[in-house]
Amino acid sequence: MSPPESMPRIDFEANARSALRDAFLQRALRSAMVRFRELQAGVIAEVPQWQALRQQAHDVKLDTLAHLDRHLDELEFRIRARGGHVHRAGDGAEAGRIIEGLARGRRVVKSKSMTSEEIGLNEVLRRAGCEVTETDLGEYLLQLAGETPSHIIAPVVHRSKESIAELLSAATGRRLPPEAEALTAAARVLLRERFLRAEVGITGVNFAVAETGTIVLVENEGNIRLTTTIPRVHIALMGVEKVIPRLADLPVFLTLLPRAATGQRMSSYVSLLTGPRRPGESDGPEEFHLVILDNGRRAIQADPVMCEALACIRCGACLDVCPIFERTGGHAYGSVYSGPIGAVITPLFVGLERAGDLPFASSLCGACGEVCPVKIDLPRLLLELRARVVRARGAGRAERLFVAGWSRIMRDPAALRRAGGLVRFLQRLLGRRPRWVPYPLSRWVTSRDLPPPAHAAFRQGWKP
Amino acid sequence: MRAALFVTCLVDQLFPRAGEAAAAVLRRCGVAVEFPPAQTCCGQVAFNDGFWEEARPLARRHIEVFDHADVVVAPSGSCVAMVRELYPMLLRDEPGWAARAREVGQRTFELSEFLVDVLHTEDAGARFPHRVTYHPACHGLRALGLRDQPLRLLRRVRDLDLRPLRGAEECCGFGGMFAVKFSALSSAMLETKLRAIEDSGAEVVTATDVSCLMHLGGGLSRAGSRIRALHLAEILAAQ
Repeated sequence: MSPPESMPRIDFEANARSALRDAFLQRALRSAMVRFRELQAGVIAEVPQWQALRQQAHDVKLDTLAHLDRHLDELEFRIRARGGHVHRAGDGAEAGRIIEGLARGRRVVKSKSMTSEEIGLNEVLRRAGCEVTETDLGEYLLQLAGETPSHIIAPVVHRSKESIAELLSAATGRRLPPEAEALTAAARVLLRERFLRAEVGITGVNFAVAETGTIVLVENEGNIRLTTTIPRVHIALMGVEKVIPRLADLPVFLTLLPRAATGQRMSSYVSLLTGPRRPGESDGPEEFHLVILDNGRRAIQADPVMCEALACIRCGACLDVCPIFERTGGHAYGSVYSGPIGAVITPLFVGLERAGDLPFASSLCGACGEVCPVKIDLPRLLLELRARVVRARGAGRAERLFVAGWSRIMRDPAALRRAGGLVRFLQRLLGRRPRWVPYPLSRWVTSRDLPPPAHAAFRQGWKP
Repeated sequence: MRAALFVTCLVDQLFPRAGEAAAAVLRRCGVAVEFPPAQTCCGQVAFNDGFWEEARPLARRHIEVFDHADVVVAPSGSCVAMVRELYPMLLRDEPGWAARAREVGQRTFELSEFLVDVLHTEDAGARFPHRVTYHPACHGLRALGLRDQPLRLLRRVRDLDLRPLRGAEECCGFGGMFAVKFSALSSAMLETKLRAIEDSGAEVVTATDVSCLMHLGGGLSRAGSRIRALHLAEILAAQ
């Protein structure tokens, strides 16, 4: 997918600065991320074979991606054999048109789906005259607020209880206290009524099992159960990378996902859905549609270096451990996908020109790569992307000069001796807190003093 | 045993005492230390910032300089990670070099890793009568998989009072060019780390990398703190 010309460059540095000024956001993110990390560490420690499971999941995903067409064809064949419909969409607009055609003018309930956020589905449906209701509590609140998710699995982490009470008070027309239980109960009443009159249910897909034509949905609130059982029509939207070959491949993912995502041993609801309701069955939709979306994924799959990024199961663990995400939140990434995985896939989806700052927004501490339950080597992918960004759009002039100068000096020990002498001379001249220093030190001394000058270089004092 | 000291460019030019201390500790542990004077910089600064073209000549140069050495030891987890973990990636399109990079990488060790895992020495014979907290620098911790080697060394230093560090495994915010390109974020990360260091009650914060220590030390100095940032080698060399 190529972005329209008018799409502005994502200025992560500026976005980060404004996030850092938001004291509430800083507190909320820190406490939520620390809580997630503690919960995850606790339940991961219970699984002695965790490292082997990560590797196994990684291998299943990459092996599937290597034969993607075969698995997608099988998935399609199995679903059709069960009386379901399968649609292939090349990009977000096409997926939007397909779903719009199925849902036009009807009342729609929707469960949480990052892929639907990616293609802006709610807006498409609203324009097609649908009444769309998000039924995941967090997503419902965002819909009321007109906002986008700021975390893959904790979409409303940037909002306070008080501001949520205001949103729901406005929706219910009565004053609600800022207490989780009362607010949840109020939302439940509002949503229940929407469920009962819904004609179409739209969900995402966590895993799609090719050999059986089964889609798997993992959740905690039970809203996906309702979305897939009450309305007459169920439409599921998945990226091409969600397919797994066999039902036997599923358990490893169901062990990894809830532990890495919410720090649970198991999610409250795991639904395995295979086609529409069959004669003699008491529930399930009359019509089942699966929309399989490419939207730039096949280009990533064809890229031997970046392909690994498609193994992502959207657990959010890399966000939770990322010291950058913990201080910026998801909105700073200017895309539905945030954190380390967002910094990798957003530039691949929307282009290096627009999102080329994101791969640099990392101290390369490696925490993301260490926790990823499907063992995506995120730090390596960030490094690879940085090289591509420099090749594709270059870097700022000062930065280019600095790196080129550094590299030239370091090719020659005599030049290094001279340059080092000059640096130590300037250190003595300017002191540890200079009023002026050239880039990049100008941006160092904003909050850090320079080191005290050494008398001489190590090499000058070396005695064999 | 003989070891070539890969002192790293930052230690060479800005923090020579860390290099002198590393050499002293190695000698005390019975290692004959040599310093190949042709060495400069491993190229990590350019590589991490996406300038692979600029980094490659430095990587090839580093390999040539250390090709002859049986063992290479560096007072930096980050620079060792660059050589051992990232050179093969940087030089993957140059088959001869990629193989040489792997060979040099296998023989290159971070100082604490070398002392504990190769020499099986935990007592470096040091005495350091101060309260110390240890910050596990990210590349040593995660890229090299160093876990408790530095702590095992510190626990054997006489009269040293080792203080635990809250959130020890969280990054200090240095990250090379990250520290200047995203200066505000880097500083916010530094602030969290400095609070933890202050709360540890330590007089000295130590680490395996002068880059992180330059960041921590720069922040401590700016905050007017009396806590000093010292390289692990400087503590191990103290008597």
